Amino acid sequence: MSHRILIVDDEPNIVASLEFLMRGSNYEVRVARDGEEALRGAECFRPDLVLLDVMMPQRSGFEVCQKIRENPAFRGVKIVMLTAKGRDLEKHRGLDLGANAYVTKPFSTKELMSTVRGLLHTADEPDTVRR
Amino acid sequence: MLTAPVIVIASFAYVGLLFAIAYYGDKRADAGRSIIANPYIYALSLAVYCTSWTFYGSVGRAATSGIGFLPIYLGPTLMAALWWYVMLKIIRISKQNRITSIADFIASRYGKSQMLGGLVTIIAVVGIIPYIALQLKAISGTFLIVLQYPAFATPENQGAPLFLGDNTFYIAMLLAAFTILFGTRHLDATERHEGLVAAIAFESLVKLLAFIAVGLFVTFWLYDGFGDIFGRASQTPQLSALLTLGGESGSYATWASLTFLSMAAIMFLPRQFQVTVVENVDERHLTKAIWLFPLYLLAINIFVLPITFGGLLHFPDGTVDADTFVLTLPIAERQPWLALFAFIGGLSAATGMVIVETIALSTMVCNDLVMPLLLRLKALRLTERRDLSGLLLGIRRGAIVLILVMGYLYFYLAGEAYALVSIGLISFSAVAQFAPAIIGGIFWKGGTRTAAFCGLAAGFLVWTYTLLLPSFAKSGWLPITFLSHGLFGTDLLKPQQLLGLQGLDDITHCLFWSMLANIGCYVGVSLIKGPNAAEHGQATVFVDALKHPLAAPGSRFWRGSASVNDLLLMVGRFLGPERAHEAFAAYTRSRGARSVEGLSADANLVHHAESLLAGAIGSASARVMVASVVEEEPLDIDEVMNIIDEASQVLAYSRQLEQKSQELEAATNELRGANQRLQELDRLKDDFISTVTHELRTPLTSIRAFSEILNDNPRLDEGERAKFLGIIVKESERLTRLINQVLDLAKIESGAAEWHSSEIDMREVLEDSVTAVSQLFKERKIDLTVELPQKVPGIVADRDRLMQVMLNLLSNAAKFSERAPGAVTVSLAQQSGFLRVEVKDNGIGISAADQEVIFEKFRQVGDTLTGKPQGSGLGLHISRRIIEHFGGRMWVKSRPGEGACFLFTLPLARGLALFKAA
Repeated sequence: MSHRILIVDDEPNIVASLEFLMRGSNYEVRVARDGEEALRGAECFRPDLVLLDVMMPQRSGFEVCQKIRENPAFRGVKIVMLTAKGRDLEKHRGLDLGANAYVTKPFSTKELMSTVRGLLHTADEPDTVRR
Repeated sequence: MLTAPVIVIASFAYVGLLFAIAYYGDKRADAGRSIIANPYIYALSLAVYCTSWTFYGSVGRAATSGIGFLPIYLGPTLMAALWWYVMLKIIRISKQNRITSIADFIASRYGKSQMLGGLVTIIAVVGIIPYIALQLKAISGTFLIVLQYPAFATPENQGAPLFLGDNTFYIAMLLAAFTILFGTRHLDATERHEGLVAAIAFESLVKLLAFIAVGLFVTFWLYDGFGDIFGRASQTPQLSALLTLGGESGSYATWASLTFLSMAAIMFLPRQFQVTVVENVDERHLTKAIWLFPLYLLAINIFVLPITFGGLLHFPDGTVDADTFVLTLPIAERQPWLALFAFIGGLSAATGMVIVETIALSTMVCNDLVMPLLLRLKALRLTERRDLSGLLLGIRRGAIVLILVMGYLYFYLAGEAYALVSIGLISFSAVAQFAPAIIGGIFWKGGTRTAAFCGLAAGFLVWTYTLLLPSFAKSGWLPITFLSHGLFGTDLLKPQQLLGLQGLDDITHCLFWSMLANIGCYVGVSLIKGPNAAEHGQATVFVDALKHPLAAPGSRFWRGSASVNDLLLMVGRFLGPERAHEAFAAYTRSRGARSVEGLSADANLVHHAESLLAGAIGSASARVMVASVVEEEPLDIDEVMNIIDEASQVLAYSRQLEQKSQELEAATNELRGANQRLQELDRLKDDFISTVTHELRTPLTSIRAFSEILNDNPRLDEGERAKFLGIIVKESERLTRLINQVLDLAKIESGAAEWHSSEIDMREVLEDSVTAVSQLFKERKIDLTVELPQKVPGIVADRDRLMQVMLNLLSNAAKFSERAPGAVTVSLAQQSGFLRVEVKDNGIGISAADQEVIFEKFRQVGDTLTGKPQGSGLGLHISRRIIEHFGGRMWVKSRPGEGACFLFTLPLARGLALFKAA
């Protein structure tokens, strides 16, 4: 079965590009346009990985990340933070909050895809063992 | 009981006691342990002001004019209140310049002028002679009264022969001898007499005690206390009138003039100058004397009215002269010892005055009158004599004898015609002439020598004509028609009704005319021609005396060359070689030099020698003498001004320094604040850059992502390819717009933006902007209404910038009016002095909390439904800055759900001139 990816961003054109990229790798994609929607989407869509923009109206990416990590039901969900704010401070903050990767906009599509792929792959390994 | 020998022996014993005190005082002073170095002795010595005129005359004046005797004591009391400033300044100046008399003071102030010193001396001598005569009259008169004990009639002067055979002459000569012994035993550069001051202070004490003793006797022995005496007096109509102002006690004009006269007297009587200034040991004593001296005046005046009323009630028939009540009351009551004590008290008052006054006058006569004349007489070859100190002492002693002889002569010729008080007032009026030159001299730098000379001379002439000559006329020395019909029979020249001025008593009349002439000449002549270099230098030394408390002034204003030996020899000639050598040795020590010969004859030494001489022969003569042995290069006015400027520059620098350090402190605080603001700004800039970065990265992200997608996927279908390329184009445009706006904002904020202002018609701007956006509005199906008035006044602004604002507002309106049917209204209206533009939409509206936020940088308020609004978040901020640049205001009116109305105002052009200038 293909992995599910939740794309969270308020810029429609960025969402469009991410959507195209993820679908191109045969992932199942759902889009959320702000933090609230992201949390709701996470609840019903049960993504394996969340592409999470930091600067959004309503709730920031950091908050969403924190909520997801606080919820035991979402254990194992990978989080890739996407941000146009490139300062180290924010990068550390994201990683501290439990993000698995931190990608700065504008990103290289290839690098983003390999990060996503890498994360999903390592996620598969323990599962395989358990089964 | 009180026989002549008893009285004479008592008098001599008393004088002997004074000698003992004076001798002791001098010994102690030589040993360096002054007995007069305390404020109480100083204040008592000031009471030399109270002469026999006070002791006997107050009662006499009170008997005729009641409380009219008071101004003579109110004046000094008032003046004492100003001493802390005026007298302190005079003392400081005198000590700095070794001034030893009032003539010296005035001469020194106006460029060390010998002429001026001489004139002041003449005025002082002529003015004071009647006063001395008055003391002689008091002593001889009271001596005769006590001699007649137990009879108490006022004796007539039996027409004793002149000089020999007249008691008064012997008294005068005794006083002269006494004064010579006291005052001119040796010559001193400071002209201070410690023993004399001690004796004077003792005399002040004796006269006070004697007067109070008589007062107590009259009040509590003859009568039953103050209440009793005043009670009885008030029952007698004549006496009760004495206690009211304005009637018997003299008009208000008289009160005012007497108060003024005595204010001048306490400062400028030669004897007061001597004890207050010359004999002053420590200027701090002045602060205590300021209240001690008035207290003394109060004490000696308490019993004046009781004694007066006691006497008038006791001798109702008027056979006894009221001037003698102090003596005749005890005699009438058969109190010989009290009478003797009263006589001694009166003797104290008279001798104290005569001694100090003649010493002061003789110093002036010697230093300011005789020496300058002798030094000019080349025939005497004085400048070649080795030791002149003996000559100086001789001159002074001669002057003392001469002054007392003149006093005796005045007494003999004019004395009988006047009561005690009137004679004293003639003298007061004379010394009052010094007031303009001195007071003006220490507070005003503009006074000149010629002006002071003219003022003094004019005042003195008027005084002579209106007061002195009439006193001679009244004594029969001049024809009385001079008084009644004026000079040459001219009414306008009547000495006591000059130019027809009537209704004033003779003292007030004289004071009015003499002061008018004196002050008029002094100020007038000073203003006509300003001071020269020498006068300017001295003016600065005097007027600024309190500013440089420790500096030895004067030396700065000298340039030349001299030899130490010449100076030493010259000083020795006047002070005696020994004293001169001592003085130079002391100076050597104070300069830290090894020997007198090792001194350099610089400006300071020359100045020191001059001041040593000044003490002995007066500053004006000293100036002449010093000039004779040193090669002087005269300073011209510019150089003196430069020196003064330098000094004031130093002062100014130190003031500046103080100011600078305060400024520095303030600047430090300011810098600290600025630093905080900078840190805050730095944080803001950091935030701004971070925000700008974010805003730039966002479109760039889409562009890069789709470019890579297109690059990596060459086989995309046409539809997708077109869509992605469209996104890239749009985002590129967004990026470009954003970069332009950031640059635009940076320019506006740094002030580097270019503004091309001209007078424009706002209607055209609105029409053009509407045309520019009409296509957009049509696409979005938004109804655009424009409401313009027929005509509006022009405004001065940058047309392109206003277009930018309008396009921003219209595109915002279009963006937020998406709810169909969209409707936007643009309107223009004229208000008082302003044009007002409104852009109103029917969109979602803006909450009150956000209405200011939207004008901030990068603060967009979006709709939760439509998501993030398009745009950079800089448009409104830039628009507002533009409107504010042209003096207008921009704001928004809105309620959520009811659309938003953006408004801005712009001031009307204030006329074509402004337009053209712009």
